[in-house]
Amino acid sequence: MSETPSPRIVIVGAGPAGIRAAATLVEAGLHLVVIDEGQRAGGQIYRRPPAGFTRTAKQLYGSEAAKADALHALFDWLAKEGRLTHCAASSVIAAQNGRLHVLGEGGVQLVGYDRLILATGASDRVAPVPGWQSAGVYGLGAAQIALKAQGVALGRRIVLIGSGPLLTLVGAQLVKAGADVAAVLDTSPWHQQMRGLWQLAARPLVTLRGLALRARLGGRYHAGVTLERIEADEKGVTAMRWRDAGGREYRTPCDMIGMGWHLRAETHLADLVGCAFTYDEQWRQWLPKTDEMGRAGNGVYLAGDGARLLGADGAEIAGRLAAAACLADLGIPARSTGGDLRKLARLERFARGLACAFPWPAAMARALPDDAVVCRCENVIAGAVRESAGFGGGEANRVKSLSRVGMGRCQGRYCQLAAVELVAAQAGCAPGAVGRFRGQAPVRPAPIGAFLRDG
Amino acid sequence: MIIAGRIVRLAERDRAQLHFFLDGEMRGALAGDTVLTAMLASGHALRKSEFGAEPRAGFCLMGACQDCWVWQDEGPRLRACSTLLSEGMRLRTMPSESWL
Repeated sequence: MSETPSPRIVIVGAGPAGIRAAATLVEAGLHLVVIDEGQRAGGQIYRRPPAGFTRTAKQLYGSEAAKADALHALFDWLAKEGRLTHCAASSVIAAQNGRLHVLGEGGVQLVGYDRLILATGASDRVAPVPGWQSAGVYGLGAAQIALKAQGVALGRRIVLIGSGPLLTLVGAQLVKAGADVAAVLDTSPWHQQMRGLWQLAARPLVTLRGLALRARLGGRYHAGVTLERIEADEKGVTAMRWRDAGGREYRTPCDMIGMGWHLRAETHLADLVGCAFTYDEQWRQWLPKTDEMGRAGNGVYLAGDGARLLGADGAEIAGRLAAAACLADLGIPARSTGGDLRKLARLERFARGLACAFPWPAAMARALPDDAVVCRCENVIAGAVRESAGFGGGEANRVKSLSRVGMGRCQGRYCQLAAVELVAAQAGCAPGAVGRFRGQAPVRPAPIGAFLRDG
Repeated sequence: MIIAGRIVRLAERDRAQLHFFLDGEMRGALAGDTVLTAMLASGHALRKSEFGAEPRAGFCLMGACQDCWVWQDEGPRLRACSTLLSEGMRLRTMPSESWL
């Protein structure tokens, strides 16, 4: 055994999960390093605007203002008191042999760890719609970030498409802020939404709040739509073509489209440090395996939407649990976790209800026309993915090598799930059997200059 | 000069003015704008796609999709959604021909 007095603990991500994990470890008397891409801690859902902005937390976060305020204040206090080292605006781009390669303003630094807590969050789960490579098409999360962190709408006339709680929430937030929202198009039909309702009753207040927001959208909201295509000219988006539940065709002029079907866990770092993955049938995506506390093995712990898609409240609990697991493994006494585990089980039931009520549009992805772009990075089209599946068999990484789908700068974050559906359809197998794109370092683009050192 | 762009400012309009250069032309912006906000407040795109005819204007705004890398006069590119604009920045929607 080494005589090191204090283990080196690193947390990646300063959203709800990362902040709660940090506070739990500090409470036990440990010092730690928190690496986060944001300029200021808070993560995406509780993202803070730059210094000098004046809207109140209530204006920014609505019903969740108290939670956002509490997390921001807690983290700022921990950093100010020197209880943790905060590496802001820094990306972990690689991990090898117990060391993280951290890209910040000063270049790439190596940060060693004995224990690693990954709280990397999630991004929009998107499905290609013909024309989605056009300027003016964004993720729903992007529309929300633009409003919260910059006070802007990303277009003059907006159409939102997809399914899930964020679709309704972003629509209502934009309307309230004075943006021109022309239509909110949900691919989930009413009968499907009803099927998830009994599980959504696990959080009656949240469900009622969602329904109230939906009511604010009024006639803009349409359930059970079919998305045909996005029209664009040389400047960008000009219209959304869609059909309603009864099959009637519409063309809604707009210059911005926000899209998203709930969330996709951000798992590239978990992959690089060797976590095992399993295909989750309900969320239709690959998720890293952990025990109920978030232990992934080899001194790695996962918390928040990067591991289980439970939203911000679940992330706070999962952050505490991952830190408690870390403390237990270090032989340091921690508070009882029974209450947190019970709460998490209730949130899990609610999340399963969401997954059922607002499903991933697998059939739409599988029916994508051959000339539609699947990979936005390099404009790889559906036909090329299908053809590669024929050559290479129904295996994700062979299709990646042959067609370049998933090889672009986003590293498959925004095309993998649709590509897997196309391959599965072509090969006649389940999406879980197609496999997943292997993560490769660097997981963010890094300028060559970042690796050059003076002298 | 005010040039209408893609984005609409809905709040936080009382910030200090900044200036930057886009493809050599001076443009106005507000302190606290990201490069993406500043460029799209007076334009419709950030860059041309390398793989298609269409212009690009960002996608995720959280540093994940890498759609919004733009050029600077000095050479290095930057990610427009996660970089705050600073006074006098010189940005380009295309690499300079003199570099090719």
